[in-house]
Amino acid sequence: MATIHVDGKQYDVDGADNLLQACLNLGLDIPYFCWHPALGSVGACRQCAVKSFRDENDKMGRIVMSCMTPASNGTYISIDDEEAKAFRATIVEFLMTNHPHDCPVCEEGGHCHLQDMTVMTQHHSRSYRFTKRTHLNQDLGPFIGHEMNRCISCYRCVRYYKDYAGGTDLGVYGSAANVYFGRAEEGTLESEFSGNLTEVCPTGVFTDKTHSERYTRKWDMQYAPSICASCSVGCNVSPGERYGEIRRVENRYHGELNGYFLCDRGRFGYGYTNLKDRPRHPLIDGATVTSDVALGAARGMINGASKVIAIGSPRASVEANYALRTMVGAASFYDGHATQEGELVKLALQIVRDGPVPATTITAMEDADAVLVLGEDITATAPRMALAVRQAARGKGRALADEKKVSDWQAISLADLLQRDSYPVFVASVDSTRLDDIAHATVRAAPEDLARLGFAVANLLDASSPAVAGLDEATAAQAKAIADALAAAKKPLIISGTGAGSTAVMQAAANIAWALKAKNDATGLALTLPEANSYGLAMLEPQPLADALEALASGAADTLVVLENDLYRRAPKAVVDAALAKVKSLIVIDHTATDATARAQVVLPAATVFEGDGTVVNYEGRAQRHFQVYDPKYYDASLAQVESWRWLAVLEAASGWKILDDITGACATAVSGLAGIVDAAPGAAFRIDGLKIAREPHRYSGRTAMRANQAVSEIRQPVDPDTPLSFSMEGYNGVGGLDRPAALMPYAWAPGWNSPQSWNKFQQEIGGHLRGGDPGKLLFAGGATQAYFTDVPAAFTPSGSGSGFRVLPLHLHFGGDELSSRAEPIRERASTAFVAIARADVARAGVNGHATVSVDGELVQLPTFISDTLPAGTVGLPAGFAGVPFVAYGVDATVSGG
Amino acid sequence: MSTPETVVKLAELTGKTQEAPFVLTDDERHEIEHEIAHYPDARAASIGALKIIQARRGWVPDGALEPVAKMLGIGAAELEGVATFYSLIYRKPVGRHVVKVCDSITCFMVGYEDIKKTLEQHLGITHGQTTADGRFTMLPICCIGACDKGPALMVDDDLHHDLTPDNVVGIVEAYK
Amino acid sequence: MSLEQELLVRPLTARVNLEAPMDIAAYEASGGYLAVRNAIRDLQPADVQAKVKDSNLRGRGGAGFPTGIKWGLVPMGPDAGTKYLVCNADEMEPNTFKDRLLMEGVPHQLIEGMLVAGYAIQATTGYIFLRGEYVKSAERLNAALAEARAAGLLGKNILGSGWSFELSVHTGAGRYICGEETALINSLEGRRANPRAKPPFPQIAGAWGRPTVVNNVESLSNLPHIINNGAEWFKGLSQGKSKDGGTKLYGCSGRVKRGGIYELPIGTSAREIIEEHAGGMRDGYTLKCWLPGGASTDFLMPEHLDLPMDFDSISKAGSRMGTGLIMAVDQTANMVSLVRNLEEFFARESCGWCTPCRDGLPWSVKMLIALEEGRGRMEDIEQLTKLTKALGPGRTFCAHAPGAMEPLQSALKFFRAEFEAGVAPAGTADADANIGLTGVVVNAKVA
Ligand SMILES: Cc1cc2nc3c(=O)[nH]c(=O)nc-3n(C[C@H](O)[C@H](O)[C@H](O)COP(=O)(O)O)c2cc1C
Ligand code: SF4
Ligand code: FES
Repeated sequence: MATIHVDGKQYDVDGADNLLQACLNLGLDIPYFCWHPALGSVGACRQCAVKSFRDENDKMGRIVMSCMTPASNGTYISIDDEEAKAFRATIVEFLMTNHPHDCPVCEEGGHCHLQDMTVMTQHHSRSYRFTKRTHLNQDLGPFIGHEMNRCISCYRCVRYYKDYAGGTDLGVYGSAANVYFGRAEEGTLESEFSGNLTEVCPTGVFTDKTHSERYTRKWDMQYAPSICASCSVGCNVSPGERYGEIRRVENRYHGELNGYFLCDRGRFGYGYTNLKDRPRHPLIDGATVTSDVALGAARGMINGASKVIAIGSPRASVEANYALRTMVGAASFYDGHATQEGELVKLALQIVRDGPVPATTITAMEDADAVLVLGEDITATAPRMALAVRQAARGKGRALADEKKVSDWQAISLADLLQRDSYPVFVASVDSTRLDDIAHATVRAAPEDLARLGFAVANLLDASSPAVAGLDEATAAQAKAIADALAAAKKPLIISGTGAGSTAVMQAAANIAWALKAKNDATGLALTLPEANSYGLAMLEPQPLADALEALASGAADTLVVLENDLYRRAPKAVVDAALAKVKSLIVIDHTATDATARAQVVLPAATVFEGDGTVVNYEGRAQRHFQVYDPKYYDASLAQVESWRWLAVLEAASGWKILDDITGACATAVSGLAGIVDAAPGAAFRIDGLKIAREPHRYSGRTAMRANQAVSEIRQPVDPDTPLSFSMEGYNGVGGLDRPAALMPYAWAPGWNSPQSWNKFQQEIGGHLRGGDPGKLLFAGGATQAYFTDVPAAFTPSGSGSGFRVLPLHLHFGGDELSSRAEPIRERASTAFVAIARADVARAGVNGHATVSVDGELVQLPTFISDTLPAGTVGLPAGFAGVPFVAYGVDATVSGG
Repeated sequence: MSTPETVVKLAELTGKTQEAPFVLTDDERHEIEHEIAHYPDARAASIGALKIIQARRGWVPDGALEPVAKMLGIGAAELEGVATFYSLIYRKPVGRHVVKVCDSITCFMVGYEDIKKTLEQHLGITHGQTTADGRFTMLPICCIGACDKGPALMVDDDLHHDLTPDNVVGIVEAYK
Repeated sequence: MSLEQELLVRPLTARVNLEAPMDIAAYEASGGYLAVRNAIRDLQPADVQAKVKDSNLRGRGGAGFPTGIKWGLVPMGPDAGTKYLVCNADEMEPNTFKDRLLMEGVPHQLIEGMLVAGYAIQATTGYIFLRGEYVKSAERLNAALAEARAAGLLGKNILGSGWSFELSVHTGAGRYICGEETALINSLEGRRANPRAKPPFPQIAGAWGRPTVVNNVESLSNLPHIINNGAEWFKGLSQGKSKDGGTKLYGCSGRVKRGGIYELPIGTSAREIIEEHAGGMRDGYTLKCWLPGGASTDFLMPEHLDLPMDFDSISKAGSRMGTGLIMAVDQTANMVSLVRNLEEFFARESCGWCTPCRDGLPWSVKMLIALEEGRGRMEDIEQLTKLTKALGPGRTFCAHAPGAMEPLQSALKFFRAEFEAGVAPAGTADADANIGLTGVVVNAKVA
């Protein structure tokens, strides 16, 4: 704690902060550009100048940069000082000498930090009368627009992209007044985290290209607090809608999860919800019908069935899955994960929920000082974790700075001290990963061998955990190096998950974490899961999917209800075909056209995450609520997509579920582990000052004309009975009281702060937790000590001859995720399907450019990618890719030339 | 996983003729390695390495960035950031001889502009340009430490001072 | 005077030979490397530091910071690890040509100076950061280094002392900002030459995060003599002309009769330098004003000529001694043009890191051109005055832009009328014109 004096008032602040951060924490406004809460101070823009005085008697003072000055005890400063104010206005004026003043046509306009700061400094009339320098722009790929003339050279983009996110293809070129930020050559930005440039850039240089074509100002979009559906991290997002389309997804700050940053899949993958050809009307045998007709048909099928079973979905909400389970009964409710995946998710629950090491938050991961990633390519399977692990590695800079008495916000000094050093990160995975660049060591092996390595590490840490028989020398040495680093760490972190498809890998990871935990309470652990609501589904304890398909194939059940799921992604094609061939009635509730909807007699159109309310449970066991962004019916009354649980509530009339709170409450009561979901966000009755919370900014314009093409009279705004949010700009919009529950923040805005920087206004302290608590409710309370897992697998032995190869799933950031891969910009960014084969095996397989791969009887031709890292005897198939067969763990494929 | 995203896309493009890739000569490679040995971190040799390329090729061709960056353990964008920062690294082709005319204050005061004008008339180019025959490129340079003998210029590595509009043409003409 | 005697009066330049600098044999014959040999044999590093501190040698790079005090921040002791000594031989300050003389004329002296400094701070590695254009300096330094290495003065376990020190030449590739010591460190590391924030000071965390001392060529070249002859001798060299000690390489350029470099007692007056050593103005020319020590110092007037040229006296007169190389401005010079040239230099050489420097300097140039061409406005003069504040000390990230403001603010102070003469009459087209001065910059890949 330190006492500082600002313009004659005394405040208590954290003396470890810089003055800028300390003042922002106090709610005092100081304009800034180059400083960013996640990027630290570099003192480049000189915008944050204040007057500093030696003591209370010093009347002269001197100008200092608040971001570069510690908030030490006894500091006297003035923000209001005339000289400081004039200097700050001059800085904006300097920045504007080359700026094109093109706000009216600039996509940053309305959420632009430069605009905000210009207004804040009150610079309004220009005295510069000369020409401006102009730059050429680059095509940076499908995600990011580039307009260099708007650049104010704050260097944030390179500092974020290069230093923070580890990207290598964005740089700063030139010098003096001719500095250029872009790629060395035009081309697609390679980082999976490039989208954050749109929020990091304080002006309109880097903008969201996916938004461009259907551009709408920030104040003219309608928002809701939402959760990214692209992986199990559950990053908080703020999608914006206009005219019945999602037009942009922005980061929604969460102090324990995503912080200020998202991955590109999450940010740019929303396009599937806008697809014209997705189910929006009920269908019977492919023909559009009314909801009543469809429901009647479905009811008839269910009533007339010999036996109805249902398959749930890890990408649907807890409520939807619970409604389905209620309708068919727990015994007939089956897992929407692939069978083995379902087992893995159950195992993950056992480890994370019931075990002694609960899941580590993303922000806590950033503090780790030794990381082992076992079996995962987290840049693909839980991307936001990868960004956090990068910060953990860089965290050594803070420790070095500490030794030299340098503050941890001195970003450049930290980097200079760190040079190429980092905290140890080990990546053990089946093939190269996108985190290898920061790894102190990498291990490439088949899952069995990764598990053996993991068990060996655990055994070194605690001899009472099982030993690994017959470990080769090299692996033993690797295990020793990893164990030593983890044991030496203050905050070791183990990351594993379902990505390798192997229970042994996850068990080994658990053993390591548990062995460490016995010695070091700060041990962290995280297990990634297949989908956004994998835990939510698993906690409803569904029966294995294989049993459902078996029951159908054998005729034990004749009617199937499928919830938001494409069965062809969950089991071999032949098996699904055989099961569906026997089904008398297939009812599919989904928002997306899949091979399953194509075969259904009845399709009930579901709401996407953007169109409905619901609760999902992330990798930590955090229940989070996503809210409906807009009501499609407002634009077209014939549109019928509603949350899946609503369809089911009608089918199961006895349930009595009318609004979201009804079903959430019912589920919480019925399923003990899920009791906490009602607290994921306040219920429908919640009000602030008697008001609902406005989804639309208070400057939302054109509403009365919005439907003028249909009718001149303005229809009433949709009513939202489910939530405390209103489909309107009327309602509470954050002015005046900033302590509203963070789970109900549709978008970030505060007076004078239109840009994403306004999140600073809603945090308990800058970059920390949100006021009113970070969104969501942790369902896992931390478990008891568990016995070590003891099933150490035998080493993998390649078949060595013939055309048989073990198939390994390869995870890619783009193209494998079911929903986002339907979005055009993601498709553009994704690779084509391929089969990867170890260089050593090329001759054996006889492949040459292309290969014919046969898995479980499914035959596909794929281009080959020759890998120098894939273990011999294996082939890799990109998981979840269109045109790539479903692969169960441990399955062999035959691969041949052609 | 890391590679297929780009590699497979390249595979799709096969058939499209590609420019012959830039190759570092063994000589260049050795000299860069020698340079690297002077420092605790290879990247410190970045300016030296660029100068090694430039000494042989007159400038730093685009294709050099990638292989040189690799030797230094940095990204090509990072190296380009260095290459474009420093005024004596040329990222565009220059003439066989680079005439660097000191335009700093002392030379300016004692006749830089006359020298510049004479050269412009004689060579038919101005700063930043190269003669059509590829013989000369003209660039301004800051104070080259010959102020007591200004105006001064450098042709390549040679310093010439006490220039007058009368002697400057002869001086550059000596360079073929 | 014998060389021996001369070395006691003009220690820095007594041995300078630009045609054929002394090889190591000749240098040693004249007493060279004795300072290192003696220091290593007889003195602890702390003793060497103490001697230099006692001598009150003030850095000759321009800022005049006492060398001994600078060294005092360096962590010492057996666990201090890798430390660097860097010689700042970037000499790009306009009107500065003194370090070149020392490097081309007596390279062994600099190497010996670096050995003394390196021993004093127990540096493990040294670099001479030399501007790329000084090709002859590089050749001569490298030749001298090879000789010194062969003589066992560089490398492992020097002279059996247990102290090892590697030294090499690192050449730059342009950019004045590389002379700023923290930008220099970035450049040495192979990065863009943006300055670094202080603290941490380089002595604590400099090159590659390790303790690093950056000293100017002239500062370092003084060290062997201080060791040989003692602090009191060094202080006495100024002959009572200044409270600072030592000689200083002064110089003079412009339309004077004998421009050049002169090693004189520190505190020698500008009048003596210009009128005696430089022989006064050429016939037909009179002194209008003068820059005491490089482009980043304030203009002084003829009435300041009798001031002793030392850091404190010149500073009291509102300028800085800087590098101590005087530029004599004659009566034919147009001050607006001179300042325009200076600001063009500073604008071009800005590293582009901080806003006031990057964007303010080009603006000043445009206004100065307008005034130079008679197309200026009164507001331009006001704006220029505002810039001198906004780009002043503390406002920018490093001292580059404040340096740029020194000649501007002093020219505005002493020669305002010349600026006002460039104001176009109200209502004329010129006064209203938007003056275009920058073309289209097609990204940054400029030659
Ligand atoms: C823009 C700028 C350029 C500089 N250029 C040089 C230079 O070329 N040579 C030099 O010795 N010092 C230069 N300096 C001063 C150095 O930063 C540093 O103070 C000096 O090298 C320290 O050496 P000394 O203590 O021996 O004087 C420059 C400073 C600035 C701000
Ligand atoms: S004043 Fe600023 S922009 Fe100018 S050289 Fe220094 S840091 Fe760079
Ligand atoms: S925010 Fe402080 S200098 Fe940029």
